[in-house]
Amino acid sequence: MPFPPPVTDLEQLKGHPAVAALRAANAAAVQAVKFDRGEMTLVVERSFLREGCAVLRDDAECPFNFLSDVTCVDRYPSEPRFEVIYHLLSIPRRERVRLKVRLEGESPVVESVTAVWPAANYFEREVYDLFGVRFTGHPYLRRLLMPEDWQGHPLRKDYPVEGYR
Amino acid sequence: MAHLASTPVLEPGQDRTMILNMGPQHPSTHGVLRVLLEIDGETVVRIMPDIGYLHTGIEKTCEAKFYQQVVPLTDRIDYLCPLTNNLCYALAVEKLLGLEIPPKAQWLRVLLNELTRINSHLVWLGTHAMDIGAMTVFLYCFREREDVLRLFETVSGQRMMTSYFRIGGLALEPPLNFFDRVRDFARRFPGNVDEYENLLTGNPIWGMRTKGVAKISAEDAVALGASGPTLRGSGVDFDLRRDMPYSGYENFKFKVPVSQDGDVFARYLCRVQELRESIGIVQQALDGMPSGPIKADAPKEDEDADGSTDLSLQNHHGRLCGSRGRGVPGRRVAAR
Repeated sequence: MPFPPPVTDLEQLKGHPAVAALRAANAAAVQAVKFDRGEMTLVVERSFLREGCAVLRDDAECPFNFLSDVTCVDRYPSEPRFEVIYHLLSIPRRERVRLKVRLEGESPVVESVTAVWPAANYFEREVYDLFGVRFTGHPYLRRLLMPEDWQGHPLRKDYPVEGYR
Repeated sequence: MAHLASTPVLEPGQDRTMILNMGPQHPSTHGVLRVLLEIDGETVVRIMPDIGYLHTGIEKTCEAKFYQQVVPLTDRIDYLCPLTNNLCYALAVEKLLGLEIPPKAQWLRVLLNELTRINSHLVWLGTHAMDIGAMTVFLYCFREREDVLRLFETVSGQRMMTSYFRIGGLALEPPLNFFDRVRDFARRFPGNVDEYENLLTGNPIWGMRTKGVAKISAEDAVALGASGPTLRGSGVDFDLRRDMPYSGYENFKFKVPVSQDGDVFARYLCRVQELRESIGIVQQALDGMPSGPIKADAPKEDEDADGSTDLSLQNHHGRLCGSRGRGVPGRRVAAR
């Protein structure tokens, strides 16, 4: 299935429920938007992330009530180095959206969304463990998969695949 | 063991409760995790799971692989549903490439995916029943599971680590007698499910140990990110195969079992019904199996419209190959 080229024009995409809801809440905080291969991606400002998530969850038209995943991409060595990615699903409306927030490499930190979706608890712990991104306001930000006394964050791109020997 | 000392420990709550450590080597944990339990008699009040004992760093391993080489790794994510994991990964890469998968490959994928679901549900049912005292069900379930594993072996040469799906289709044509064997299994299996249900569904001991246990409300299930039968057992009517179909599921008719009670028994009912629905889908796939190729045509190149290609394909032998995982934005990377 050849896909049509991606759409990145905010005006063309404003009909999408997530774009409409976030623009109504804080238009300046939506940094970029992309519709590609049937998937909607929104890049939002770091300071707006938590509020934006709450707006999407409580949207009357299309409530994104389900957090499928929180993950991260390390774009080392470019800056901003980290992208924390939130995959949201609206069970009533069968709609998906992807939220991204970009963080600089030097002490990456973003507000936790555990208060919005309790499901974020373990996802954020995993991202903290493997990428070293800290989530402020997280109730229990400790390593999840690696041992407590592990050095470094294994999924960072400057961490060798074979580990340190 | 040193790190265990520094892992979090629950503070004891009221005087009557007690903190108990379970695992990581407890034989009933089925996949090793450690659980700290706060118990009040036989009731678990709070738990603190400590996971990661089986973490194998698959994502990190993928960083140094070609796209094709990742398929066998996806088997190892969960040995109960290797083909499902193969499919998830293949669908993602195919979406990146914009590949069109031929109908026969799609239908075979659905057929094998549902057999995988049956395999996984049988292990769940068997071990779950055994854990709370019903040994016979375990033996029955593993008898049918063995049939499914033999079907996997017929088609892929491997019982558990199948690696049968490829980016763009399937590895091989299924052998000549494969469909007859699946048909034979599909004919027998509904009777087997009746057998399990005869032993469990109306059984008062099974009921006492599952009804009203571990209740999850619909709100909690959604907020905590539960999915599959756990979500549907709490009364949320949502199934990706029906509501957001992928890989040709829109061509199949099946019911989505939902149960309102939210306890272990409700989830049991959902899964047992799913066994019946899955074998129905297998039957439909057998009856309507299209003919034709099992691999997609390989595009000679693939480039994003914005020029940010990090994946390219060049091959004239009908085989798809991917480039290195990390591409250089804006530059075509040579494929092998």
